[in-house]
Amino acid sequence: MAAPSLAASTLAERIVARAAGRDRVRPGEIVTARVDLAMIHDSGGPRRVKPMLEELGVGVWDPDRVVVVSDHYVPAVDAQSAAILKLTRDWVKGQAIRHFYDQMGICHVVLAERGHLRPGRFVVGGDSHSPTGGAWGAFMFGVGATDMAGVLATGETWLRVPETILLHWSGQLADGVCAKDMMLHLCARLGMDGGRYQVVQYAGPAIAALSMTERMTLSNMAAELGAQTGLIAPDAVTAAGIEAAGGDAGDWADWQDDGTAACAERHSFDAGSLAPQVAAPHSPANAGPVDAAEPAAIDQCYIGACTGAKLQDLHAAARVLKGRQVAAGTRLLVAPASTRITAAAAADGTLAALTAAGAILLPSGCGACAGYGAGVLAEDETCMASTARNFRGRMGATTSRVWLGSPYTVAATAVQGRIADPRPFLAERP
Amino acid sequence: MAAPSVNPGAILAPIRGRAWLVGDDVDTDVLAPGAYMRGPVEELARHCLEAVRPDFAAGVAEGDIVVAGRNFGMGSSREQAAQALRILGVGAVLAPSFGGIFYRNAFNLGLPVLVCDHGGRIADGDRLVVEPMAGRVADETAGIALDSDAVPDHLAAIVASGGLIPYLKQRFARQS
Ligand code: SF4
Repeated sequence: MAAPSLAASTLAERIVARAAGRDRVRPGEIVTARVDLAMIHDSGGPRRVKPMLEELGVGVWDPDRVVVVSDHYVPAVDAQSAAILKLTRDWVKGQAIRHFYDQMGICHVVLAERGHLRPGRFVVGGDSHSPTGGAWGAFMFGVGATDMAGVLATGETWLRVPETILLHWSGQLADGVCAKDMMLHLCARLGMDGGRYQVVQYAGPAIAALSMTERMTLSNMAAELGAQTGLIAPDAVTAAGIEAAGGDAGDWADWQDDGTAACAERHSFDAGSLAPQVAAPHSPANAGPVDAAEPAAIDQCYIGACTGAKLQDLHAAARVLKGRQVAAGTRLLVAPASTRITAAAAADGTLAALTAAGAILLPSGCGACAGYGAGVLAEDETCMASTARNFRGRMGATTSRVWLGSPYTVAATAVQGRIADPRPFLAERP
Repeated sequence: MAAPSVNPGAILAPIRGRAWLVGDDVDTDVLAPGAYMRGPVEELARHCLEAVRPDFAAGVAEGDIVVAGRNFGMGSSREQAAQALRILGVGAVLAPSFGGIFYRNAFNLGLPVLVCDHGGRIADGDRLVVEPMAGRVADETAGIALDSDAVPDHLAAIVASGGLIPYLKQRFARQS
């Protein structure tokens, strides 16, 4: 599967061209592309696509190219969620799908940690944070259940070839500032439709310096920019990450951005001058530096979701919380993004540091992020979360209010009981 | 699935209804609240837009048209956001821009959504006539005509079939 080697094509165009069986494609064209991998979860997956495939009288086009993850309604809290999880298991068995991760973590994180993602691949996910796969150099985007049923039935889908918006980051992040802060800043600067359903591509020295975990946070929140996906050209860090996950990095070196392609827009940012960011209710675009945020009293702090509960996120929280206590009147909930992350955090002492500070440990899954699982908010309650979205009512009651921040900022807020800048906590050890 | 081509016989009839105004950035969690996502979608539909327009689900009539601000349907991929509107009888949605996933979902479920820069000229409750294939919007109450983008060719066949599944069913039937 050789990468079309074409000057003046963006990385996104080259991946789409390969999937569409074309030498080159141009932004704005409508093309049909073969899908290398499809990912679905318990909420938008089997329970929605099963009746549609039955209506069409077909099964999945290639069971080995389908990954199913139960993460939204886990563990079951009532008869309805239990039935959804059972339906998922039964359907997976009936379709002879081997790649099934039942309650092992959140789909976007599981897909990466189990080595399913590779540079240059065209991947469709039945979830809006599917751009997360872009961190691995894959063109991965989210679709709804009916679109997914079409993919599962035929192995292909249509798309309008997107333009590329380059987001160039120079400099180096300060201690206590991370990828989440970069994304909240981008949401504020570009707005939640700044991505125009085109591709955003992250590049520059500050991106090259990031771990795969942090890169995934950037690509994940391309969704909050309204982009179709958020790409990062693969490098040695990507290749090492794939190998470590037991995957095959294969032809990663073929999927470089040749740098000659004309991007539709280019925006430049300085990582060195970035402060920790906080997004006020009810939009990620309501973001600004933490020291300018009103120090609102916070009822619940939540470290969770595909965006903000990976191992490095838990390490960040533990750095703040070690030897400190969650403030009286505030609760801290921690839902590690996968069971593997929970195990690793148990092994390296991170969980002990969190629970000693008073954190309440939750199962690995979407949890309260979208208001489906444990940890939802009551009327008028306030929350500081490491999740991606703070839409009105998403985490519970419509009168609840959610602020977004990095795991550092959520941890510092838990200690203070009010929105707090994490940097002083990192500077002085208790 | 191949990029669908237009079926010349499939022309969408004009849609007539009252305008329901909502603002910018109406998200999928407001259209399809998470608390009802586990249960039947008919029940969820009764809470559609509840957080921003509590009068909507009970008051909307067959053929009515949601007239929204920028980035309508942004957020989650949950297509219950578009399905709830269809269940409530909404005939079309007009907005200057849409969330990318919602836009696809709407057509897949047979709900025409039109890119229309209405610029505040339509008032809540105005009587509208929308012609999706021609990209024409008439506000009969205000006595004005507005332009919208026509339904793109590759989506016209899908929405005219009633959605992606009926469309694919017809295609599979032709192949066999
Ligand atoms: S953790 Fe939240 S954002 Fe991530 S997939 Fe689950 S519901 Fe979506």
